[in-house]
Parts: sequence; structure tokens; C-alpha cells
Amino acid sequence: MNVLKAYPTLLRVGFSAALAYRAELVIWMLTTTMPLVSLSIWTAVAREAPVGRYGPGEFVGYFLAALVVRQVTGSWLVWEMNQEIRQGTLSQRLLKPIHPLWFYSAENLAALPLRAALCLPVVVVAVVYADLTRSGPLLAIFFASLLGAWLINFFTMAIIGSLAFFLESSTSVFELWLITFMLLSGYVVPLELFPGWVRGVAEALPFRYTLGFPVEVVIGLMDTKTALRGLAVQYTYAAAAATAAILVFRAGVRRFGAFGG
Amino acid sequence: MEAAVAVRALTKVYRVHERPAGLAAALRSVFRRTYKEVRAVEDLSFTIEPGERVGFLGPNGAGKTTTLKILSGLLHPTSGEVRVSGHVPRQREASFLRAITLVMGQKQQLLWDLPPAETFDLNRAIYGVPDQAFAETLRELETLLDIGALTKKPTRQLSLGERMKCELAAALLHRPRILFLDEPTIGLDVSMQLVVREFIRKYNEKHGATILLTSHYMDDVASLCPRVIVIDRGKLRYDGDLATLVKSIRPDKRIVLVFPAPPDRAALERVGTIVELEGTRAVLRVPQSEVREAVGHLVASADASDLTIEDPPLEEVMRDLFARPAEEPNEATK
Repeated sequence: MNVLKAYPTLLRVGFSAALAYRAELVIWMLTTTMPLVSLSIWTAVAREAPVGRYGPGEFVGYFLAALVVRQVTGSWLVWEMNQEIRQGTLSQRLLKPIHPLWFYSAENLAALPLRAALCLPVVVVAVVYADLTRSGPLLAIFFASLLGAWLINFFTMAIIGSLAFFLESSTSVFELWLITFMLLSGYVVPLELFPGWVRGVAEALPFRYTLGFPVEVVIGLMDTKTALRGLAVQYTYAAAAATAAILVFRAGVRRFGAFGG
Repeated sequence: MEAAVAVRALTKVYRVHERPAGLAAALRSVFRRTYKEVRAVEDLSFTIEPGERVGFLGPNGAGKTTTLKILSGLLHPTSGEVRVSGHVPRQREASFLRAITLVMGQKQQLLWDLPPAETFDLNRAIYGVPDQAFAETLRELETLLDIGALTKKPTRQLSLGERMKCELAAALLHRPRILFLDEPTIGLDVSMQLVVREFIRKYNEKHGATILLTSHYMDDVASLCPRVIVIDRGKLRYDGDLATLVKSIRPDKRIVLVFPAPPDRAALERVGTIVELEGTRAVLRVPQSEVREAVGHLVASADASDLTIEDPPLEEVMRDLFARPAEEPNEATK
């Protein structure tokens, strides 16, 4: 497979690009510190009395984990695709004998080491102060769920990004997605604290599997069996998102070919 | 032998949304969008044999870039047949994409904040070029283009000409057999244009690559392409050798003279039409059949220190061609 042979180089060059754009990356990371705001509000509330199963310690663990999960699984692909499709620079990728989504994925993954390194202080604080899971199987499920969350995020962004083939711009669709994500993923409020019916809806939709699920696993809110069931749902969503992204992108490229870029 | 490029009855129609300026028109267009069909390419046919260097000429909006994009698989034809190196471009098979390259002078593939060497390495991996072949090709390209010292500087710090040379190298590392070059010298100064032009010629001669070149600099076309395909408003106007085109459109020659002192205007007017007279330099236009006689007269009577005979500039030939109706009999096809 040519892609497999090429992929290490794509990652290496992507890492060099991430280093070149390190200042931009740090600024982008600073814009995703919403969990710290939630942390300060909810720990203040929990100091009076625990909220459900959450005392101040659980809230610290939850939101620090949420911060790290978001940092290492987030994707900015929609902006890049939107720009490349609108300006026609996507042509350069289409001229290469490798599917453009491979390029985008490598560029995204290549930035992870840098993002993870910048998250390290948060991880240290979380491990020292919060009661994270000590169970080996749950930790393994947590790492697998990080990959699952990244896959759902990446392919969802690819779907929304590909809408730029059909719309003037797909960033407004992204804004809509972002608001729903914030409400239903557990990014602002742990899903467990929502009324029952909202929680039911949130657990059925994919948003939880991009953030809340890995966080709940790592802070020890579920047993191994429940976590494995969640992982299966998460990977089903990832597979569905991947299939949809490939199909939408293909339809978009056909349109690009018909109307020009 | 199979043709490198075969185009038959190619037509490309764009559907373009249009509305007049102003707020009222903007609001109206929200509810009722009006579209116009633009025929960018119409019933275009030509064939290019392997190893040919062909100039693709036409005024702005003639359909040159659209055609090149169709040939490289980026755009789909509305109708007609296109084959490039035996492939149907719109299918964008990997073996097709390995056989071609498209260099667009206005769009770059070099990674902006990284040195060109990183783009080269990326392309090595993407095209699966073996290490040894990559090293050899890179060495050859670095020598031909004189870019050895540039490849380790970030692209953003390179001048336009340096960037274009690196773009060419990046586009050719996989040794494509067919090169589509869309304005590769745009914005470059004269000396850099010469470098790029010479490089294209050498690449063609060494590797037998087929080249289809568009350029607004007629010197590029005149010095590189024995054959030209001319299109205007999407339709074929001429396909054949450049010399025949020039002769049929402008059957005259230019005599360029340099004198030790400003010459007598009236004396020159007796020989031919004065195109330019500035100080000690004069350019005369003379019908082809009268060139011998005119030169003889000039040598005998004038004290010119230098005399050269040239074809009229290709720009003028093109201007005259496009000013004529499309159906005129001077139209030649190969």
C-alpha cells in the first residue's frame, strides 16, 4: 500500500509544519480552555454540597480530563478544507495519487505530540489532585476511546468541511455543530447532571463519544463492562462518520470537477 | 505509438450565477437566482504526440486553463473525449496522476513555512519514488535549476523566481512524462524567464517528456514550441507550426537598424514603413517579398552599423489573428 509507505513521511513533514506554526497552535489551545471556566464554577457550587456524584474533587478531575481530551482529539480540518475548496488550492491535493483525506489526517495527527506536550502540566495536576482511575483495563479503554473520539471529530469535520463544495461557506454549519457539541458532549456540564430525558438524548447522539465518554472512563465513573459497551458504540459512530465523510467528499469532488475550483 | 494527449470534440460549459450590483439585486437573488451558461471550451479537438513541445495560446478567458484542468483530471468535460497517456483524466487513477504534472504559475504546492526540501521529501513519499532515483533526480534538478542553496531556506523567504524554480523541481521529482505548464514564468524577470525556459527545453530533450505550455510571454512560446494551438472563446483557431502561422497572419518582416548618428527619416520611409525611430535605432516593416531588395538598398545607401531581420513580434501576430473573424480562410489546422 503506497499510503502506508508514505504515511510516516506525511507525519514527519506534518510535525515540522506544526512546529513552524507553534505560536498559532498555542493561541488555538488557549481558545479551548472553557473546561477551566466550568471547573471554577462547578467546584464553587460543590463546595456547598455535592452535585449528584460530583464533589469538588470529581469536578476538578472531570474538567481537567475534559481539557486534555479536547486538546488531543480536536480537529481544525473544517477551516482548512473550507479555505482550500473556496480558493481552489485543493487542486494541488487532487493532483496527487493519494486521497486528500490521508493528507489531512496526517497533518492533524502530526500536531498531536506538540499538543500533548503543551497539555502535560494539566495532566500532572490532574494525576496529583484528582482521583483518576487506577484500573489497567479502563486505562486501555480510555486510550482506545481517545482514538475513537479523534476519529469521530476528524471525520465530522471532514463532512462539514466538504459542505464547502456545495455551500458558499461551511463554517456557519460548523458553528451550529460547535454549539450542539458544547451542550451535548459534556464539555460544559457533565451529562450526568442533566435531567433524565436530556441525558437520554445526549447518550444516543455522537457528541458524548467525542468528549464525555473518554472523560467518564478516565475519572472512573463506569465499570469495565459499561466502558466496553460505550467503546463499541463510539467505534460504530467513527465508522459511520468515516463512511459519510468519504461519500460526501467524493460527491463534492465531482461537483468541483463540474463547476471548477 | 499512442498519442500523449488526444482531445476530441471537447466541450466544457459552466453554469454561472449572475446578478447586478446593488442591495435590491442582492435581495432578489436570495429568492430567485439567475444563471448564465458560459461555454468555456467548445468542440475542441487536437492530438499531441509523445515528446512534442506545444504552445497553447489564446487571449484571457479563451479556455486555456479550463482545458489544462480537464487534461489533468481536475475538471470534468461536459462532452467530448479526452485521453492523456492512455488514461481518461476525470477518473484520476493513481497511474495517471504519476504520469503527469500540472504547474500553475499562480498556485503553489510548496509548503509556505517550510523549506522546499520538505515538499520534495513529501512528494518522494507520495509518488513512491525509490531513494536512489529520488537522489539522482534531485541532483539533476538542482543542477539544471541552480537551486542547491535554496532548498533549505523556508519557502516564504525565497524570491518569486527562486520559488518558481523550486515549484518546477517539486512538480518534476516523480519524472512525469507529460507536463502541463500554465503560465510558469508569470511575474518573473527576463533573466529568470530565460532560466525557466531553458530548463523546460532541457527536460524535454533529456526525458522525451511531452509539454503543453501556456504563457502570456510570447518569447516563451516562440523559443520553446515549434507547434502552437491557438484557441479563442473556447474554439480552435489554429493548430500547426508557429512559422506558418506568423507567415500567414503577418507576411512581413522587420528590419532593425542601428546607426552611428540619427538617420534621415525620409530616406528610411523610401525603404519601408517606419515602426519605430528613436535616436539612432530604427525598425522598418517590409513585405516579405521585398526584404532582399530593401536590405540591398539599405546596405548600399545607409551607413547602418548593425542590421538584423526579424519576424514580427508574436504578440502582434496574435492580436491580428484575434481581430479577424474565426471563419477566415487563413485558419490552418494540422
